[in-house]
Amino acid sequence: MTTPSERLIEVQGLRHEIAGRCVMDVPAFAAGRGEHTLLIGPSGSGKTTLINVITGLITPTSGEVRIDGELMSSLPPAKRDQLRRRTIGVVFQTLRLISALTVRQNLSLAQTLALGHAEPAIIDDLIGQVGLKHRADAMPRELSHGEGQRAAIARALCARPAIVVADEPTSALDDANALAMAELLLSTAETTGATLLIATHDNRLRDRFARTLALTAPQVTA
Amino acid sequence: MTLAGLSLAYLKDRALNTALNILLLTLSVATLVILVLFSSQLSERFARDAQGIDLVVGAKGSPLQLILSSIYQVDVPTGNIPLETLETLRADPTVAEVIPLALGDSFRSYRIVGTESAYVEHYNGRMAEGRMFEAPYETVIGAQVARGTGAGLGQKFEGSHGLSGDGHVHEQTPFEVVGILAPTGTVLDRLIVTPVASVWGAHGFGTGPSEDHDDHEDHEHETAGHDEHAGHDHEHDDHEHEHDDVAHDDDAAHHADEAELEVTALLVKYRSSLAAVRLPTFINRQTQLQAAAPAVEMTRLLSLLGVGIDAVRAFAILLMITSGLSIFVALYSALRQREGDMAMLRVMGARPPAIFGHIVLEGVLLAAAGALLGVIVGHWVVAFAAATFPQLQDMGLSALRFEPAEAVIVLAAIAMGGLAALVPALKVFRVDIAQTLADTR
Ligand SMILES: Nc1ncnc2c1ncn2[C@@H]1O[C@H](COP(=O)(O)OP(=O)(O)OP(=O)(O)O)[C@@H](O)[C@H]1O
Ligand SMILES: [Mg+2]
Repeated sequence: MTTPSERLIEVQGLRHEIAGRCVMDVPAFAAGRGEHTLLIGPSGSGKTTLINVITGLITPTSGEVRIDGELMSSLPPAKRDQLRRRTIGVVFQTLRLISALTVRQNLSLAQTLALGHAEPAIIDDLIGQVGLKHRADAMPRELSHGEGQRAAIARALCARPAIVVADEPTSALDDANALAMAELLLSTAETTGATLLIATHDNRLRDRFARTLALTAPQVTA
Repeated sequence: MTLAGLSLAYLKDRALNTALNILLLTLSVATLVILVLFSSQLSERFARDAQGIDLVVGAKGSPLQLILSSIYQVDVPTGNIPLETLETLRADPTVAEVIPLALGDSFRSYRIVGTESAYVEHYNGRMAEGRMFEAPYETVIGAQVARGTGAGLGQKFEGSHGLSGDGHVHEQTPFEVVGILAPTGTVLDRLIVTPVASVWGAHGFGTGPSEDHDDHEDHEHETAGHDEHAGHDHEHDDHEHEHDDVAHDDDAAHHADEAELEVTALLVKYRSSLAAVRLPTFINRQTQLQAAAPAVEMTRLLSLLGVGIDAVRAFAILLMITSGLSIFVALYSALRQREGDMAMLRVMGARPPAIFGHIVLEGVLLAAAGALLGVIVGHWVVAFAAATFPQLQDMGLSALRFEPAEAVIVLAAIAMGGLAALVPALKVFRVDIAQTLADTR
């Protein structure tokens, strides 16, 4: 077990209700540095909700979330943005690359937003690592889905966040691509020292991760 | 890549829409700029050329025509008046100064104005080269004339009858350039000034400067004019030379005996306000004469033009509001499509005020591009108009002058662009990121 100071993500008695219905229930969870975790559960079990709480995008009904020792769940919005900016990179299933920017510019913007400046050397490095050197100046609409995913991963990592959160990064992919994507996430996270939290209902990824957090569809409460 | 860079990237990404919005704003700003340039330069020019002239006396006809032809040198004169009117007015104690003008000739469409050195002094004309004319057929040319014709000191030329430059060429009446004026920013710049007697000579009242005459009686005005020269001309103190010139003056002018000498108009400066009450009525009672006050006529002209200017201005402002609305619509719909991007920017750590600024910047950039292009196009159109229509150039219309009002127009356009972006931009403070991420897959 990791000591509290090493815990990057720490969740205690977390519950979230929407219109009186519990949509997410995580009594306890912690992940230390380098402890990549797979967040699994059927559709509607609250994976996305948990990720939104961890990244500080929504406030849970009860319970607390600590990110790198700071209490994300009770920070004021501006501080949450700051904490997220400093510690978390996010990959979405729908990639959400900025359509008006090239791959390189997408990375550069993410870096500037997180760090206040761009580090072209790191960007070029990452683009090379995800195998997009020849597509670095392509617009997102010109990329294949696989290339887009690699760009999105590179973008999440380019500010060297301690945590990379990915919501269903592989659900639209076939087996080979899903595994390749997971490999890529793991290997790039390795080089930047990021800790992964990957939400999926995709059992294909199970073997690749030592740790899993299984969510079950919460029962309806009064 | 910064958020400001992102603003530009979005504008580039929908280039056609951006171009159309810029074009719309460019048109309205250009229209306003053209209006400003025309109205400010023309009215300033009108005022400067007419400054200090209280009354113009000329032949009967349209008073506006009289003012335009004799002060601004743009219209055809109403006719000629007897020279004795000059004497009558000079004898009037309520009149401070009378400057005679004899028009009708031109050289390459630059008007030759027969007058006295007082005319040059009235517009604060300074010699850039040479000296003031002293004898008939000696001319002093305005800065623009010198530039336009390339004439230097000592250049001889022949005037042609008519003001357009394509009239009959007077032969054997060679004018000579003895002085070139520094630019004054007035009508003087595009005139060729010469003693009144030269114009008489050119029109057959005299046969030329070489003929001998000794008749002095009828021409005290010329001598008087000459005394003024002597008073102001520091380069020439050789009295005998002066005397020669006087002889020349009379020489050309003496033909009063043969035909009645005439001038085209008289520029009158009042000594006392009594003149303003008495003089116009006195003159207008005489069958041949009319008096017109530049101030009155120009106010009338500007108020006539003013209606048109106001209409065009209202149209341009309407156009500007339309382009503001168009920017609003463009940004509003663009930002609806970009709600997901905006949520992603927040996820990546962009602060709401920063995103707000980035959206407003997009509107401001659009507006600034349109406004600056509008100013450029506006000046370009004025330059083109001035180059195409010589009358406008004669009016002193310059495309290179910038008016403070243009800065106001540009700032107003930019503020409008920012304002148009404000409503869509304010949404960033209300957006629920998690919800937007769920909604925009
Ligand atoms: N804004 C909302 N309004 C109402 N119900 C919501 C809202 N957001 C989520 N829910 C509900 O909360 C539950 C958990 O949703 P969540 O998106 O976290 O599930 P998930 O595990 O990510 O599912 P999937 O695998 O399909 O993405 C679902 O039943 C969903 O309908
Ligand atoms: Mg989900």
